[in-house]
Amino acid sequence: MLANKRVIVLALVSALSTPALAAEPAGPEIADFTLANGLELVVIPDHRAPVVTHMIWYKVGAADETPGKSGLAHFLEHLMFKGTAKNPTGKFSQVVARIGGQENAFTSQDYTGYFQRVPSDQLKTVMEFEADRMTGLQLTDDVVLPERNVILEEQNQRVGNNPSARLTEQVDAALFLNHPYGKPVIGWRHEMEELSRDDAIGFYRRFYAPNNAVVVIAGDIDPAQARALAEDTYGKVARHGAIAPRIRPQEPPPVAVRSLTLADPRVEIPSMQREYLVPSFKTAKRGESEALEVLSHILGSGSNSRLYRALVVDKQVAVMASAWYDSSAIDQSKFGVQGSPRPGVALPQLEAEVDAVIAQVIAKGVTDEELERTKTRLIADAVYAQDNQASMARWYGASLTTGATVNDVLHWPDRIRAVTADQVRDAARQWLDKRRSVTGYLIKDVSPQAEKRS
Amino acid sequence: MRKLAGSILCFAAVLIAGPHTASAMTIEKIVSPAGIEAWLVREKAVPLITLNYAFHGGATQDEADKSGTANLTADMLDEGAGDLDGKAFHERLENHAIEMGFQVGRDYLHGSLRALNEHRDEAFDLLRLALTSPRFDADALERVRGQELATLQRDTTNPNDLASRRWWQTAFPDHPYGRETKGTLESMARISADDLRTYVRRVFARNELKVSIVGDVDAKTAGELIDRVFAKLPEKNDLKPVANATPSGLGRRIVIDVDVPQAVVTFGGQGIARNDPDFMAAYIVNHILGGGSFSSRLYREVREKRGLAYGVSDSLVWFKRAAVVLGGTATRADRTADALAVIEEEVKRMAKDGPTPDELAAAKSFLKGSYALTLDTSAKIGAQLTQIQIDNLGIDYIQRRGTLIDAVTIEDARRVARRLYSGGLLVTVAGRPKGLTSSGTTE
Repeated sequence: MLANKRVIVLALVSALSTPALAAEPAGPEIADFTLANGLELVVIPDHRAPVVTHMIWYKVGAADETPGKSGLAHFLEHLMFKGTAKNPTGKFSQVVARIGGQENAFTSQDYTGYFQRVPSDQLKTVMEFEADRMTGLQLTDDVVLPERNVILEEQNQRVGNNPSARLTEQVDAALFLNHPYGKPVIGWRHEMEELSRDDAIGFYRRFYAPNNAVVVIAGDIDPAQARALAEDTYGKVARHGAIAPRIRPQEPPPVAVRSLTLADPRVEIPSMQREYLVPSFKTAKRGESEALEVLSHILGSGSNSRLYRALVVDKQVAVMASAWYDSSAIDQSKFGVQGSPRPGVALPQLEAEVDAVIAQVIAKGVTDEELERTKTRLIADAVYAQDNQASMARWYGASLTTGATVNDVLHWPDRIRAVTADQVRDAARQWLDKRRSVTGYLIKDVSPQAEKRS
Repeated sequence: MRKLAGSILCFAAVLIAGPHTASAMTIEKIVSPAGIEAWLVREKAVPLITLNYAFHGGATQDEADKSGTANLTADMLDEGAGDLDGKAFHERLENHAIEMGFQVGRDYLHGSLRALNEHRDEAFDLLRLALTSPRFDADALERVRGQELATLQRDTTNPNDLASRRWWQTAFPDHPYGRETKGTLESMARISADDLRTYVRRVFARNELKVSIVGDVDAKTAGELIDRVFAKLPEKNDLKPVANATPSGLGRRIVIDVDVPQAVVTFGGQGIARNDPDFMAAYIVNHILGGGSFSSRLYREVREKRGLAYGVSDSLVWFKRAAVVLGGTATRADRTADALAVIEEEVKRMAKDGPTPDELAAAKSFLKGSYALTLDTSAKIGAQLTQIQIDNLGIDYIQRRGTLIDAVTIEDARRVARRLYSGGLLVTVAGRPKGLTSSGTTE
């Protein structure tokens, strides 16, 4: 019941778990190199099973869309499966299926990724296909228009049918006054309905190129072999002359406490979501992002967290309470707090208790025991991640496309270990200022119009 | 986003099949000093240990008016045990970064434990406490019950839950398989701490226990660890028998009104038992119809050609006393009837003609090749080995699986397609689908 981390990443078909930001690869030797055309490769050897996870991450996401074209980065992700001159629609997927592979794709505000998990002797096959569609995509309205209906249904499934996802959209939109992170990755429906083939191709030509991508290969492969295969496949794709730097409109200093209420007839259990504008790993001063990570765990991860103990166990005003922090973003990021009241408890009362817990951390800081427990947990996550090649690949890919380096990832556990109680208190004091936040209430719509709505 | 079928199906739909890793992985059958059998895979690459186990007797053991008992028990096992109250128990887990999980299915309660090597002893000790002396303290019970009630209350307007719940109720009326594992608002209010104790006493026993361990341990140490957790449990469980059942309501369509922009569809029919000689043929045929994510007929016809849905799929689901084929999709309200017509047509076409030889070859190739992907982490290996034990497929199943797949002929596939898809579908739809109403006989 304690969801503590939320990253908005849309997948082409099924679930991709959040890139868990935690894992020191003490074992494998990780290789990191760049081809002549600018494509960066990261290789994470793991020889336990004869399989590899091959991912390409483009440094482009929803936040890079032209205003008025929301949803375009994700729409293009879907359209990337529609074929090239060399490999017509469906060929790539058929080949992946025939060799017993899995594939999918995903889009966030800052990156778009495609992956295949295949037997290791088939790595070159998927690299050839992926290199081919890096610049060879061909689109006609025959395939574009049905796919636009698919993303509209995806929007219904993710958001339209889900009141709490509708609230998240509203809170995000209110939090970012100027930055495109305020638009949903899936898009606003009225803009999605107008997206065209030309929009998609234009976006593709601007951003899809070897010098705007990172390939991550984890599994049963050695760096030297991977490099030779990459030279043979991706190495032949020409560098893009003019990839524009990712400069997005930045947020002004937040000055107002904001709150909003969404009423939906399907709400049975009210809830609140709050988001604060905070630094990401990329924008933070040294140590600040790690302190926010530790703070989010102490405040709201698990049943010994401050929020859970105070609201759910001791005061019994909530059935659920948690906190999360998303460190991977090019620009400023989000720290979230959420809760659902027990029956009979009003949302303002729940919110007051949340405020009291946060005020306590700001005033008194955290205990050494809490700090140690949280560090143990986070550093162990780094070891657990090594058990899963796909998790490792996702972790590196998400980091490298949001401004971190391989070295940053390798030393993440050291930086967590170095966080002090004072830094955690200071992070709470500086960033969990209500003027930096939006609080959203989700309540049941009981108006007559709601009953008649069809 | 979760694939729709994933949210509808229960745990039994694990894809079990095929070789490839046979050379890379050795499974040892070990017997602990107290006589408990387990399967062990020694893995030194990562400094952690993973334990997976299952007790026969899941939600089928709930009293008819107390559905959700097994599930609530599982929720409560880490909320205090022995001398440790819930807070102390959670602190011990968190101080050592131990992951302890419990999951209830219809036939089994599944457990998992994961720890770094350095915290192995603490992890196994805590698990013993949880399984042999859970406290079920009143305050913790009321808190957890409140959380379950909140979830159930939320579900009352959730179209995925409404469609799924009605499907199972209609397919298996008056049978434990027709009841929701998580119970109902009414049943959840009736369950007492004594009910949880009764469940533990009847189900947590050694005789039908399945255990798998993956980690850097030898057979002797693994045996000792297993005994440390399970040796003190009673010799024999005391389960209520569960009757064999087949899904009813086939041919019916039920529309449940809920105000959502997109209608959610659950469809399904008679499946095939795991030990049926035709199981592998059925598994392949269903993969072709609706199992493979980007390559199935349903995906192509419903999503790719017509853009009617983001997801559509179906799977074989098997239990000890019943088997179904179950699928789902979610489509805009004004095209739900179209999507459903396409799905029904594809099911009929598969029943009539079966797959083509090319489709059969491609599906075999996929199912053989992809098996290694289900065995590339300790957690996945542990879960697979436990499921293979539950399904009684034998310790050599991973080696044999490729041969079993290859043995399926096009005639087998056509015959089994007819057998699997000729019985008609029970369809439930939650939403406001245009022009679609309930139809078929009602009891």
